[in-house]
Amino acid sequence: MDDLNTVPDYGLHWMEASGAHADIVLSTRVRLARNLQGHAFGPRARVNDREAVLRRLREVTGRVPQFASGPLLEMPEMDTRTRRILMERRLVSRDLLGSEEDGPARGTALLLSGSDPTSVMVNEEDHLRLQALVSGLRLQEAWSHVDRLDEELGQDLPFAFHPEFGYLTSCPTNVGTGLRASVFMHLPGLVLTKEIGKVLQGLSQVGLTFRGLYGEGSEVVGNFFQVSNQTTLGKTEEDLVDHLEQIVRRVIRYETDARRVLLRDARGVTEDKIWRAYGLLRYARSLSFEELMNLLSGVRLGVSLKLLPGLRVYTLNKIMIFTQPAHLEQAAGHDLPPAESDTHRAAFVRSILAAEGDVSVEGTSPDGPASELDA
Amino acid sequence: MADNQCDRCGAHDAVVHLTQIVDDEMSTSHLCEECAAEQGLEPTPEAVNFPLTDFLAQMGEEQEESTANLGTCDFCGLSFQDFRDSGRLGCPQCYSTFEPHLRNLLRRIHGGTKHVGKVYLPPDPSATEMEKRLETLRRRLERAVASEDFERAAELRDEIRDLEPAT
Repeated sequence: MDDLNTVPDYGLHWMEASGAHADIVLSTRVRLARNLQGHAFGPRARVNDREAVLRRLREVTGRVPQFASGPLLEMPEMDTRTRRILMERRLVSRDLLGSEEDGPARGTALLLSGSDPTSVMVNEEDHLRLQALVSGLRLQEAWSHVDRLDEELGQDLPFAFHPEFGYLTSCPTNVGTGLRASVFMHLPGLVLTKEIGKVLQGLSQVGLTFRGLYGEGSEVVGNFFQVSNQTTLGKTEEDLVDHLEQIVRRVIRYETDARRVLLRDARGVTEDKIWRAYGLLRYARSLSFEELMNLLSGVRLGVSLKLLPGLRVYTLNKIMIFTQPAHLEQAAGHDLPPAESDTHRAAFVRSILAAEGDVSVEGTSPDGPASELDA
Repeated sequence: MADNQCDRCGAHDAVVHLTQIVDDEMSTSHLCEECAAEQGLEPTPEAVNFPLTDFLAQMGEEQEESTANLGTCDFCGLSFQDFRDSGRLGCPQCYSTFEPHLRNLLRRIHGGTKHVGKVYLPPDPSATEMEKRLETLRRRLERAVASEDFERAAELRDEIRDLEPAT
């Protein structure tokens, strides 16, 4: 577990629930795909290509200020659980972990900055994936961090660039800017009012797309959606980021409106849902991750609507991260088969919620304190 | 009125379903393509949300003969068929090898083929590359100033000064 101790903030700064709209927007990520000239891309790269890419990067990191104090973690050298924890903290993709039988390919690595929220995934689908991951809605900030990193690395590394197509990538859906900006949103109001389908459809009409918890190909659980740009070519990086921000702000407005409608037209049912979710989390003896995510969604809505006074968004973010399978195994100190994992999960949630103290029940009375959305 | 008819004209099938929350009131309207267009609700002609490999397979059918003799990439050995199967190119060189076909594909995916974002500056840049680069930096500087990010603006100003030909 030594590797994790070298990770700045343990890679958890994005869950601190700071930044704008932190109750609705968990985190913001901006990544740039970059490849080096003269080497085959990830899926076609041979071992010597991958090792050369890693070597080139290692040579230049010494003079990149962001990486002066951050570690370079080579995936094959880590134990399986640590690698899974990095994935659960969303610092590496599932792809970088490789297949269950073979594990990560030689040359795959994660380079972390010791001074800002940037990191580089090495030898994934593209040679380098530069990323900035921050808490709340902070698209401009994330973009500015990753842009700066790109400038630094580009001074010494020969990036593959085409005068017409821009930065060349393994998948043609990333070519051009290589930029994917994504915002991780919690949208229970839109789901409960059945508006979500239209919103998601609307996203695709304005060149955006959505994914589940772990990115591409993963399912939507607990009403969490990752909204991101779909196209990468033909617009400037700034336009892509601004456009996403504009739409995300509109989605936040829809979500807030939907919550207002819920409170006005179905207050009793909504409060009941929220308190039942809290009750189950507080006392259940066994929870699957999916059930937990759904209950957490209800409780998160309650906290956001000020119906569960005393609970913090930060606590909920923490529960979400630390109840993932590899995190539970790390806490237990050994592997956990699914059934055992479920009881460990429930115990962890109980202990966290107990430590937070009892949530005041005033909010439940129909005449109780008004929520901020009642206005 | 039948369920699937347009709320506005009642003559055609409704294909656009619009739900709005205005002043806390939720209303849903069902419109046919024409009425929706009149209200400025035209759906974009092509939803970009499609699996790349399906599209590539489809493109393959249309161009069966011409793709057969595209050969393989000199650098990495990828054939156009390999690309169609995996949806991934093999190396930077592939973009030149399969350029005409890629241009069509990129147009379909991104709506265009011309990169207008930041420009990579190789160690020994040409005058045009340098000028493009400066354009990007100046655009960013304006933006940094507009958003009052003065720290970034100062960095960009230095960078521009370093690149600008001495006068």
